[in-house]
Amino acid sequence: MFEFSYVKAKSLPDASAFVTAHPDAKLMSGGMTLIPTLKQRLARPTHLVDIGGLPELGGIESRDGQLIIGAATQHADVASSAVVQKAIPALAVLAEHIGDPQVRNRGTLGGSVANNDPAADYPAAVLGLDAIIVTNRREIAAADFFQGMFATALEAGEIVVRLRFPIPRRAVYEKFPHPASGYAMAGVFVADGAGGLRVAVTGAASGVFRWQEAELALTKKMSPAALEGLALDMSDMNEDIHATREYRANLVRVMTKRAVQKLAAA
Amino acid sequence: MTKIELTVNGTKHAREVEDRALLVDVLRDQLGLTGTHVGCDTSQCGCCTVHVNGRAVKSCTMLAVQASGAEVVTIEGMSKNGALHPVQQAFTDCHALQCGFCTPGMIMAVAALLKDNPHPSDDEIYHGLEGNLCRCTGYINIVKAVKRGAELMK
Repeated sequence: MFEFSYVKAKSLPDASAFVTAHPDAKLMSGGMTLIPTLKQRLARPTHLVDIGGLPELGGIESRDGQLIIGAATQHADVASSAVVQKAIPALAVLAEHIGDPQVRNRGTLGGSVANNDPAADYPAAVLGLDAIIVTNRREIAAADFFQGMFATALEAGEIVVRLRFPIPRRAVYEKFPHPASGYAMAGVFVADGAGGLRVAVTGAASGVFRWQEAELALTKKMSPAALEGLALDMSDMNEDIHATREYRANLVRVMTKRAVQKLAAA
Repeated sequence: MTKIELTVNGTKHAREVEDRALLVDVLRDQLGLTGTHVGCDTSQCGCCTVHVNGRAVKSCTMLAVQASGAEVVTIEGMSKNGALHPVQQAFTDCHALQCGFCTPGMIMAVAALLKDNPHPSDDEIYHGLEGNLCRCTGYINIVKAVKRGAELMK
């Protein structure tokens, strides 16, 4: 790691003011992506501003048809929360399968969403559930928030404070994890909620996206058979040492079918 | 440099550390607690697992400054009054180690797993130890030791 100065934020405004005044400072919550990135010298921040312990970023509650989770909530706490398990069980299952136990004990919801790794699990749930990202400045709809690989709508000094998930009638997350890293090679979140049926895909392309052809087909007929031969834009699929475009597209179809099967049983 | 205070295995320590120092390096190099190993240094192998405020974490992927004010338990803090921790005893009984390099991290991970789930199934054991690698591939006896440890902790 290159040298940096560590700053423990005292409050949300304090953290925001600091990163605004220091353009090469970076916010850190659990650090589960950031610390490995620094170790590889892929980033050289002047300061790390630790917001992980801020009480404003904590808490899990379910009210008025919404599940509200503080940005600094660790994956392990989302997974084991009785409130989450009751409101959106698929979200608890998703959190329980991120990384490994030690990573889930440190990594946070807000960190994952703000980082927007194209293979991260949470973005699929955020987009699939049409969640609202609440920052220290505004509320951002999921569709506007994610802007492709590691890019988000967040501005300098803007910090994710909490997420508001509308509670769906039913939802399922199916992922095909990379056997070594555990990251999604394709992860599909299917949600049946007030806004209709939504299918959000992570891991397969340069960023999380909605498979709208599948949404239309499933709205007409809620069955895995409805997905047969359906178009899936191949141009943006990832192709790398692990899988070809075609293989990833097939994984998206298979994961969606499995999710739909489970949804019928949910 | 930043001044930090840590409680490690019940003893308070105050140290000046580089802001970029990893918790595992401070434990090993400044406090002499070399039972915590550095395996991969990329948060995959779990050899460096310690407990911070009661939770298993990979100490190669946490800054020492982040642990300031925390209670840390390392493998050296597991035995009490000369008696091995039940998980340590179970690893001995079941011959759950070959070269032994991953063992401290395995034991810390298993102790955390059994605290949350005192009677895990095979699948729950595999899932609970996903963050720990044994390159001797001694997993069969490690899984036996988890069950034996659960028995001993009854």
